[in-house]
Amino acid sequence: MKLPRPRGKLSEALVADLTGGRALDHAGDPDGPDDLHLSLWMLYELHYRGFEDVDDRREWDPRLLAVRAELETSFEDGLREDVGEVLAAADEAEDLVSQLAAIASHEGEASVSQFLHRRATAAQYREFLIERSLYHLKESDPHAWAVPRLDGAAKVALAELQYDEFGGGRPDRLHSALFARALEEAGLDASYGAYVDRVSWHTLAVNNAMSLFGLHRRFRGSAMGHLAAFEMTSPLACRRYLQGAQRLEMGAAVEHYFDEHIEADAVHEEIAARTICGSLAETEPELVDDILFGAAACVHLDEVVARHAIDAWTAGGSVLLGGDTSEVA
Amino acid sequence: MSAPASGSRTGCQITVVPDGPALVRGADVVYDDQGVAHEAERPVVAVCLCGLSQRLPWCDATHKVAGGRPSKT
Ligand code: FES
Ligand SMILES: [Fe+2]
Ligand SMILES: [Fe+2]
Repeated sequence: MKLPRPRGKLSEALVADLTGGRALDHAGDPDGPDDLHLSLWMLYELHYRGFEDVDDRREWDPRLLAVRAELETSFEDGLREDVGEVLAAADEAEDLVSQLAAIASHEGEASVSQFLHRRATAAQYREFLIERSLYHLKESDPHAWAVPRLDGAAKVALAELQYDEFGGGRPDRLHSALFARALEEAGLDASYGAYVDRVSWHTLAVNNAMSLFGLHRRFRGSAMGHLAAFEMTSPLACRRYLQGAQRLEMGAAVEHYFDEHIEADAVHEEIAARTICGSLAETEPELVDDILFGAAACVHLDEVVARHAIDAWTAGGSVLLGGDTSEVA
Repeated sequence: MSAPASGSRTGCQITVVPDGPALVRGADVVYDDQGVAHEAERPVVAVCLCGLSQRLPWCDATHKVAGGRPSKT
């Protein structure tokens, strides 16, 4: 993957630094959320697959880590403010699993799955696949960072869940590979990070939250709370994505991806909420607030993406940067 | 929830989820109420206990819409 196009002075300075230009010594004030989240995304990607045009050693460059820490602080502070409403859904619930279920069932104003089910055009469905490609081509990778930070039943359960995400012993069943086949069948580019230049900060923030939680041991509870909310909101949404794909005849691989996730995530949600989060809360009760914060962040950011997408689509526009979907299809 | 019992047995293990499915670990085949065999294709499968799933014998999370826990759209 090549470095993305900058979206402001920070991402421009970061790209320059990463390609051997002038050293960036602090983040300063980014030019808005696109500049911030793209910069953070680039810094995180150094820990996943890296960039063809960047020396792999930069992953642990202390200067870049300091810049990343500045951006993470402002992202975390903003998130903590913004999740309040979703988090409040858990107030009445008695135990952790009910709290997670209450958060996961928080209803935003906009629903992407309902829109795709009944209203979307094939072009809009492809835009959805493009937005999702940023995560699904590295599906479950961000949560894997938590493995060495857990122990006992929580670790065993996370490994069990991820064994399924990572193909259950069969490379052709790797969930990221299932999604790559869906992209190809929809006529889209399935190479890793291919669409980063087309995706707005909303989707970058979703990805950055998973990396933030995954890469910091102090957020291990949040990483697992995020995973639980992600899985708990998935099966019913995937049913609608599947029905939308059938309605629009998006192809067998697209249908298969969502079909697989209806059943898989009906299993994963129980493992994630009860066994992973439940065991973690038993052994480390001080992590309960972090678990709920991670779950609420997942649901909140999902709603941010949904609002943005539904606004764009109902106005007859594109959710992608640069607009017009015809050129991406 | 407490940790699964440890031990040297490698047999099948079933965990009933309150208001939800039964999580079955280590099964090869699940026979539905018509006696039809369904191959278990993942390490843990969720067998529907509410009867409302649209893909029986597997749970598809319909139990959450059907008065159990509320659903997310
Ligand atoms: S138990 Fe989940 S759908 Fe029946
Ligand atoms: Fe998956
Ligand atoms: Fe999953």
